[in-house]
Amino acid sequence: MYEPIMLDEEKVFKDPVHRYVHVRSALIWDLIDSPEFQRLRRIKQLGTSFFTFHGGEHSRFNHSLGVYEIMRRILETFEGRAKLSNEEKLLCLCAALLHDVGHGPFSHSFEKVFRFDHEDWTKEIIMGDTKINSILRTVSDDFPRKVAEVISKTYENKLIVSLISSQIDADRMDYLLRDAYYTGVHYGNFDIERILRVMRPTEEGIVIKASGMHAVEDYIMSRYQMYWQVYFHPVTRSGEVVLRKIFQRAKELFDQGYDFGIDPVNFHPFFTDQISLHDYISLDETVVYFYMHQWRHEKDAILSDLCSRFLDRNLLQYVEYNPRQFRTENEIRQLFAEAGIDSNYYVEVDSTSDLPYDYYRPEKDQERISIMLVKPNGEQAELSTMSDIVESVCGKRRFDYKLFYPADLLEALPIEQARKIKERLKVVMSDE
Amino acid sequence: MNKGHAKILRLVEVLGEVKGRKKLQKIVYICKKMQVDFEERFQFHMYGPYSEELTLRVDELCSYGLMEEERESKGVIETYRYSLNDVGKDFLRFHNVELGAGETLIQRLDQENSRFLELVSTILFFENLPYEEMLVKIFTLKSKQRYTEEEVQRGIAFIDECKQITV
Repeated sequence: MYEPIMLDEEKVFKDPVHRYVHVRSALIWDLIDSPEFQRLRRIKQLGTSFFTFHGGEHSRFNHSLGVYEIMRRILETFEGRAKLSNEEKLLCLCAALLHDVGHGPFSHSFEKVFRFDHEDWTKEIIMGDTKINSILRTVSDDFPRKVAEVISKTYENKLIVSLISSQIDADRMDYLLRDAYYTGVHYGNFDIERILRVMRPTEEGIVIKASGMHAVEDYIMSRYQMYWQVYFHPVTRSGEVVLRKIFQRAKELFDQGYDFGIDPVNFHPFFTDQISLHDYISLDETVVYFYMHQWRHEKDAILSDLCSRFLDRNLLQYVEYNPRQFRTENEIRQLFAEAGIDSNYYVEVDSTSDLPYDYYRPEKDQERISIMLVKPNGEQAELSTMSDIVESVCGKRRFDYKLFYPADLLEALPIEQARKIKERLKVVMSDE
Repeated sequence: MNKGHAKILRLVEVLGEVKGRKKLQKIVYICKKMQVDFEERFQFHMYGPYSEELTLRVDELCSYGLMEEERESKGVIETYRYSLNDVGKDFLRFHNVELGAGETLIQRLDQENSRFLELVSTILFFENLPYEEMLVKIFTLKSKQRYTEEEVQRGIAFIDECKQITV
């Protein structure tokens, strides 16, 4: 049986969200110290949200420690209630700490352009030739694999998986509170202490004592508000669009054999789709910023302009977009092209959507694990059947489409050319 | 809406109608593993590999009236059928998307039921594991489906057949 090695004395991190993050396990301490985990300090949690909410500069390092701390508290609540061995408890803590370790710089934009999934890299970092892997192996040879399986949801113990990935898990609880704190908005707050007190373990996952329903309602509504007010803010999305276009342009130039002022060696593996673990770990946001500073002085006008836009926050303007207006979108692209503006880099439709909560619907293949409430008599009921508030948002997916365009370049066009484009921009949002 | 949406519409057009989202999910996943150019990312969920992005695209296509969704009830069991409408066909012609040999594969996959496609996609998800470990994963994570080793063998043979189609 595994006996955890404890530190001589408990270490704590001061944390603005949870006040303190407590570390007693020597293994957790070593993981935090590993280069792959320290790299997360150089990757922002909210990508380009800082353009909209200047406080949103916190990193994935902060968030990962927060998820670990919530998991530690959940395990305290479960003491005497869940049959978890010492090794399984450590597994929960490691999975919580490492669940985001595979994120790359500006993850969402980067993954869209270079078409990979950060979860695959999380697995690679845990299973590959890394410091993290060597630390995890001190528990047992197959411990890294177990950690990777919990994160990728293929581990056999459903309770452990649900603590990291479900509709009410340690990851979501931390990011909502943390992102609300750093962006300075109030609607992301909910009573986490209450939720942790009313969580109960079962073989199939966690359930919530019915007396805690209102705290969970608050959590669901916080999530709903955060998505629409913070995560999907159009200015943030405009920043992501510009970033994607920078990566696309740099790749296109590389493919054409363009002579860059400074060879973007850190990007070569991504441009050629031959990425090693070392290449991946070496890239963080400081490296991306370095190249952006170089590229803003490139002789290629598009790359130079896009980088300046990103660095100086001169982003693209937007209008609402009706997806049935795809022919009008094409007309807009053509009009911009006729005006000498490359619409591949300056016109973009971006869509986003959110489903705040849903119950398990096998017929729709939604695959969401319902939040179950347990009544005093032991019976269980799905949350939306007991809560009118949750029922009102349950299963309701909301979409938002925007067409982004360069308003400053448009205004600089001859009046007649600009008028035609503006006219089409009105049509593209209409139901006609 | 973009080419990614158009590829899903093309899949539906090739089949005329898709019965059930689960089947659609598994067809797209298997196609992707056979190098057919679908863009959605998949992770492991209750029914095996599952793509939230694909669910989202289907919802978008239905919500904006490019695809029809019909609910069919048989007792307590409900299924959804998907087909193209005129706007969807117009969108598809506009984007001019074809899936090459993938279209033959899609038709072959549609001949199998969802349960078998779930097994096939699960085998593909764990294809890097040694055979014995893969069996343990399937029997543990898919215990409710009660797959037998003969079915797993048939699934492996079927994967070889699929590879031949897209070579």
